[in-house]
Amino acid sequence: MTAILETRDLCKSFGALQVTQHVNLTLEAGARHALIGPNGAGKTTLVNQITGVLGPSSGQVLIAGEDVTRMPAERRVRRGLSRTFQINTLFAHLTPLEAVAAAILERERESIGFAGRWIRGVSHRRAQLDEAQALLDALGLGRDSGRLTHALAYGRQRILEIALALAAKPRVLLLDEPAAGIPEGESDELFAVLDTLPADVAILLIEHDMSLVFRFARRITVLVGGAELVTDTPEAIAADPRVREVYLGQGKH
Amino acid sequence: MTTTLGVLFDGIAYGMLLFLISVGLSVTMGLMRFINLAHGVFAMAGGYLVAVLARRYDVNFFVALPLAFAFGAVLSLLLERALYRHLYKRGPLDQVLLTVGILFVATAVATYLFGSQQQPVVLPEVLQGRMVVLGVELSRYRLFLVAAGILLTLALVFGLERTRFGARIRAAVDRQNVAEAMGIRVERVFQATFAIGGGLAALGGALGIDVLGLDPNFAQRYLVYFLLVVVVGGPGSIVGTLIAALLLGIADVSGKYYVPQIGAFVIYAMMIVLLALFPLGLFGKRSAR
Amino acid sequence: MKGRNSATPIARLAERERWKAGEIVFWLAVASAWFVFPQNLVLATQVLIAGLFALSLDLILGYAGIVTLGHAAFFGLGAYTAGLLAKYGWGEPFSGLLCAAVVAAAVGWLTSLLVLRGSDLARLMITLGIASLLYEIANRATSITGGVDGMQGVEMGKLFGVFGFDMYGRVGFVYTFVVVVALFVVARSWINSPYGLSLRTIRESATRARAIGVPLDRRLVTAYAVSAAIAGVAGALLTQTTQFVGLDVLSFQRSANLLIMLIVGGTATLYGGFVGAALFILVQDRLASINPVYWLFWLGVLLILTTLFLRRGVVGGLLAWRQRRRGIEPDEGTA
Repeated sequence: MTAILETRDLCKSFGALQVTQHVNLTLEAGARHALIGPNGAGKTTLVNQITGVLGPSSGQVLIAGEDVTRMPAERRVRRGLSRTFQINTLFAHLTPLEAVAAAILERERESIGFAGRWIRGVSHRRAQLDEAQALLDALGLGRDSGRLTHALAYGRQRILEIALALAAKPRVLLLDEPAAGIPEGESDELFAVLDTLPADVAILLIEHDMSLVFRFARRITVLVGGAELVTDTPEAIAADPRVREVYLGQGKH
Repeated sequence: MTTTLGVLFDGIAYGMLLFLISVGLSVTMGLMRFINLAHGVFAMAGGYLVAVLARRYDVNFFVALPLAFAFGAVLSLLLERALYRHLYKRGPLDQVLLTVGILFVATAVATYLFGSQQQPVVLPEVLQGRMVVLGVELSRYRLFLVAAGILLTLALVFGLERTRFGARIRAAVDRQNVAEAMGIRVERVFQATFAIGGGLAALGGALGIDVLGLDPNFAQRYLVYFLLVVVVGGPGSIVGTLIAALLLGIADVSGKYYVPQIGAFVIYAMMIVLLALFPLGLFGKRSAR
Repeated sequence: MKGRNSATPIARLAERERWKAGEIVFWLAVASAWFVFPQNLVLATQVLIAGLFALSLDLILGYAGIVTLGHAAFFGLGAYTAGLLAKYGWGEPFSGLLCAAVVAAAVGWLTSLLVLRGSDLARLMITLGIASLLYEIANRATSITGGVDGMQGVEMGKLFGVFGFDMYGRVGFVYTFVVVVALFVVARSWINSPYGLSLRTIRESATRARAIGVPLDRRLVTAYAVSAAIAGVAGALLTQTTQFVGLDVLSFQRSANLLIMLIVGGTATLYGGFVGAALFILVQDRLASINPVYWLFWLGVLLILTTLFLRRGVVGGLLAWRQRRRGIEPDEGTA
């Protein structure tokens, strides 16, 4: 089975500090893969290299077999790669409807003619607007789709992050700590959302909330000091003494 | 050959002045990411104070200089407390608007108080005339400027590197939130730095009447130059500001001397080239907040 | 939380894009200056030109979030282009506008490479530097531009070969009005289009915009060039209606005044620039001639107070007030 997302020997250093060391990650279509590790392990840095925000020092990133290592972030989105951000990075003064619509319109920009893109108003694009509203409805944001983003509650904004990522109809979805800031035990709504994500999309979940991780993932990679400690099934990871050692005092099972 | 040296020297003196005036701007921009287009107003204030003290009250030039520094410092502090601190969290556009407003008000006030003509120069006798150094005849005044500039640079670098206060400034520039967590009262550091920067600018303005001229449009006319020096050198870097100021000073004077047709032109062209090559400035730091 | 307005979000979006009665009234009112103030048509023309210039800035500042201190560069380029064409024999007005737009857009496109890289601060510097550079060039090239004294001998041909520009500014007013309305309609459609939406996403969060696939650099370059073109047309209109080009078209004061007009009127409202321009020019007309020092002083004070307390500007403030009355959170944040 060809991998939909692959990193080959990905390395990144800032001067003498090596933040990513020879990471080989492989995700096939429909993967439910979690990336865990102690704070400072380099998880977000890895995500930034995969999405193109940061360039690696060496190694490759491939999407469906295509080398995208040199490609800027916005073009990787067109290749099917979407992400959410650990800290809410949203369009504060736009409504969720406008934001999601913007993402959908970007995805479809080739099929909309010049007039449709430059001259006629967004309100004419009913198909895309309906799709945006439907997506927001599906994620429970339907009622809020007309409010300004900065007025939404924090938890809702977290879900909007995911909505924006889904709007691009990605093949690979990177979720960077979607439960960040959400208290332990209140992540049920979030998990419900994760559960409804399309089955054929490969998902890489970075998380600290272990209950979420173990409910969600079919494979888990443990990252320590920028290097891969182990990649295995959740049961094997839970039983692995090395992992327990790394998480001594930090794990919540 | 002596003319080349002479031009070079004039350029260095000019650069020193630009440095003195701009270093405060560089530190506050690097420290607080606050875009202060009214910085030239402090220089102007220092210049007018010295001019008034010397002409109307017969105060000695060398006595008036530290008074100018104090005046600039107090003025900066007042502005910071009253107006600037409300805009730290707001974007660059708001800061530009506010400081341009202050610039306009200051220009109007200066015109009202002193008239729109150039202020005459008030050099003390000991600084007038020329001196022969290494076979080259140099203006005493410009020698004084260069010497003062070097001394102040050393004092600044020493102050930053060796004193506790300097350490606090560096900490606040590098990582503001960590500095706060460590108990450094960043707000006080900002204020003190602002005051010192304003004081230095006033000092530069006072020293520069002979070289830069002084009229109500001073702050607006030299705005581009001060910003240029800061941005090219890299906001927050004293060494960067110094090098940028010297480069620009030399380029401007040489340009006006050797190719007077396109004199001022040279500076802008150089700035565009330098910024294209070094978008963060020669010694720019990314200050993390 | 739910307002009295219970239309669906999609319907509200459509509602916002539709031409409102108030807008038609606005333009009719402007047109009526022809009948109501026949003695002051020259002033009215100035207001329209300044409003168009402010609109061009609003496109990149209010909607795309690019702060520039040197927009006068494009205004001046347009002004001098139109002036040179007319001076050296080509007096046809519309083609003059077109050439001005093309020249300004070309320079905008070229300089966008510099302007759009780097931080806000570097951008401020570069835009200021480019405008200052052009100012210096115009200042020195006296044989071409007339330098400080300005360009004389700008002789405009007749519109459509029939209507000559008259001393009272009647033809000039109609000409300017038609051009401004046409460009306004184009700008309004553009802002409400998917392209305009993508500009707003860039303004709100460049990172997020990239993450949804917006080709940031391309969009901003195009927006900058279009904004430059419109500014160029505004400059050309000034030249053609006054038959003169002064050095001040490239000055810092002009860029600063422009910012003031836009902020006082309200960014990202499309009409803010026109309202701000009207207020600015009318007040300036009264005060500046009495005492230029007082004018500058109060202008500065106005700027300070507006920035601190009236950040949304006149139009923005009115719109926000109306929406709050309806129980909706105010739309469209500031730049």
